[in-house]
Amino acid sequence: MDRRKYLKTLAASTAGLGLLFHACKPEDAAKTAPPKAPVNYDRTPVEQEREQKLFTEQFFDAHEMKTITILVDIIIPKDETSGSASDAGVHDFIEFIAKDMPRYQIPLRGGLKWLDVQCMKQFNADFASLNATQQVQIIDQIAYPEQAKPEMQQGVAFFNTMRDLTACGFFSSKIGIADIGYKGNTPNSWDGVPADVLEQYGVKYEEHRLDSYVKHT
Amino acid sequence: MPDFQIKKTSKSYDVCIIGSGAGGGMAAYVLANAGIKVVMLEAGPMYDPRKNVTQLKWNYESPRRGAATFTRGFGDFDAAYGSWELEGEPYTHKDDTKFDWFRSRMLGGRTNHWGRISLRFGPKDFKRKSIDGLGDNWPIGYEDVAPYYDKVDQLIGVFGSKEGIENEPDGIFLPPPKPRLHELFIRDAATSMGVPVIPSRLSILTKQLPNNDKRGKCFYCSQCNRGCQVYADFSSSSVLVNPALETGNVDVIANAMAREVLTNEKGLATGVSYVSKDDMQEYVVNARIVVLAASACESARLLLNSKSTFHPNGLSNSSNIVGKYLHDSTGASMGGILPKLVGRKRYNEDGVGGMHVYTPWWLDNKKLDFPRGYHIEYGGGQTQPGYGFGFGMHKHNGKYPGRDGNTKPAGGYGASLKDDYRYFYGATFGMAGRGEAIAREDNYCEIDPTTVDKFGIPVLRFNYTWSEHEIKQAKHMKETFEEIIHRMGGVVTFGKSGPENNYGLENPGRIIHEVGTTRMGDDPKKSVVNRYNQAHDCKNVFVVDGGPFVSQADKNPTWTILALAMRASEYIIEEMKKQNI
Repeated sequence: MDRRKYLKTLAASTAGLGLLFHACKPEDAAKTAPPKAPVNYDRTPVEQEREQKLFTEQFFDAHEMKTITILVDIIIPKDETSGSASDAGVHDFIEFIAKDMPRYQIPLRGGLKWLDVQCMKQFNADFASLNATQQVQIIDQIAYPEQAKPEMQQGVAFFNTMRDLTACGFFSSKIGIADIGYKGNTPNSWDGVPADVLEQYGVKYEEHRLDSYVKHT
Repeated sequence: MPDFQIKKTSKSYDVCIIGSGAGGGMAAYVLANAGIKVVMLEAGPMYDPRKNVTQLKWNYESPRRGAATFTRGFGDFDAAYGSWELEGEPYTHKDDTKFDWFRSRMLGGRTNHWGRISLRFGPKDFKRKSIDGLGDNWPIGYEDVAPYYDKVDQLIGVFGSKEGIENEPDGIFLPPPKPRLHELFIRDAATSMGVPVIPSRLSILTKQLPNNDKRGKCFYCSQCNRGCQVYADFSSSSVLVNPALETGNVDVIANAMAREVLTNEKGLATGVSYVSKDDMQEYVVNARIVVLAASACESARLLLNSKSTFHPNGLSNSSNIVGKYLHDSTGASMGGILPKLVGRKRYNEDGVGGMHVYTPWWLDNKKLDFPRGYHIEYGGGQTQPGYGFGFGMHKHNGKYPGRDGNTKPAGGYGASLKDDYRYFYGATFGMAGRGEAIAREDNYCEIDPTTVDKFGIPVLRFNYTWSEHEIKQAKHMKETFEEIIHRMGGVVTFGKSGPENNYGLENPGRIIHEVGTTRMGDDPKKSVVNRYNQAHDCKNVFVVDGGPFVSQADKNPTWTILALAMRASEYIIEEMKKQNI
């Protein structure tokens, strides 16, 4: 097998993907039958069927989605390096995860409800209807686990979950991968830690092993 | 015509192999290359990492960002179909004991998942009873298996380094890759306390194998668990079954769930009955010899379910030993953050699929309060963010000064939080011990008297408990890990545990090294197969998975399964020539 030819084929086949995720939103899916599951990697028939089913379902209602979208952008806003969580489609990711992992359904739906009830008590409006200053006032009460008041602990738990899902949804996205600077997932020749990094940390490869390691030509 | 009938295949075979993992794949490879006509039954679908691709996909191509599912327990891109539960195929437990059973029904079986860690058992590992009086010795020794380890090394390929450690025999190695940065810190910390850290031994081709142009060499994407499109790692499908098929001497019947080994009035095997998952019809395939390679527990299940007048207690179970002496590796883990790595420079450190260094067992049990040892596996570095990335940031970002030198309140949101993920990226690491449990008669799987699966096949019921030996071993692991992390200048973020949860000792089965259910021995009253993996009670039945292991060693079992399967297959060829079977 000509390895170089292989790598070239691999590179070609992985280019230009990732768009399919958005290509089959529930409303589109209803028009075209049967919908093709929007994944482009190995699936067993059972998995294929399940993906299709998940992509035709909607868990969160419009109000919940609106609130989730505001929350993810408060957690990860646009900055000088990269776009916001919603730019990276994190709200859609959370919608999918709630269907894929039903254990999230009650904590997320209930947490959103808890948040709205708190907002009603404090500002007489639901979270999405508050202005940005008011929203931050509420979030400040649940975003710092070690400082939050005991009566806000359910909100803290909800916000911890939202923070976790937003972070992984964002940094695993195309935008997030570029932001964090992950350089891998591509054919290469590993020849050890770069010399300047070894120097920076004052570590060395063992002299007596150097000859035994893989040589890249 | 009745509604229910059994279809017989017209073709008759020399050998029927049940299962296509490490043991079954090797048996098919050796037998087919000797011109023997083989039929292989595989309970799942065909699979080829070149066609069933998940390698080099990005996590954003997965709507769940690579997270595990019920049907892929090790992640959306993992090559292995299956998980701890399979739809319609339950297993049960006796009393409140625990055993988790990972099954992967597909061509290549669980070789599609494993970490490619390819360790030889050492001379002591075959004779543990002579050393500590516990369990039993194997009827064979290292010298019997060594020539086969050599052949497996050359046929499949494994990288490593010559170390000259008595009980960690060196193999015929390809060159190992250089360690990653965190692995150098681990090396320095561990060796300063007398814990050796040496190049790992993984079946990944860092160089092309001589005389094999079907397999490419590693291109360092770290994704062996997804299956390799250039076949640079060992999976049974690409390395053994495919070449076996190319001889023209093997037929694979996929989606064939074996029900029973059939025997004649003399008690000899005549073939195998199976149900096809494709049409749910019943079939029989005839063969002169039956080789079980369905996994330690699945093969035990098959034998126990193959009852006849001649074998009323299950096939080759006059000893009543089938299913007993089940044992899995012990496992416990710990990990943390290395503050000196925050804000580190970015570069591609994917490397091979797994650790570049590991720690073999290094201590003398005479000075310890537990028998047997463990090895340590290491992980960490700048990995591809996916589902779970950054989870629990509120437990970390309040503990360390940030980029500006100030420590913030834990948790938070906004631009400052966003930067925390960048700052901590690549600064986490983990380590896991994998140790040897004592094989005990009272740890077993048996047929559940009341439960069947969706095919009507009686299922397994497990009874497994850890003893003080394993719990004390886990305690020692944790103490070692904590000291290594302390010496690295790291901070433990997970894995601290105490006697309340057996020091984090994983449930039996979790390490997926379960063996021992059809153990080998010279005494037919105390063992199921002889020293050539041949059933004592039925000379044309062999078991070539992890079942025949007498003891498990603190090593991953695959390399020994492969060596013993090759040895048993050569024995089958000789016995066929002599017309003994």
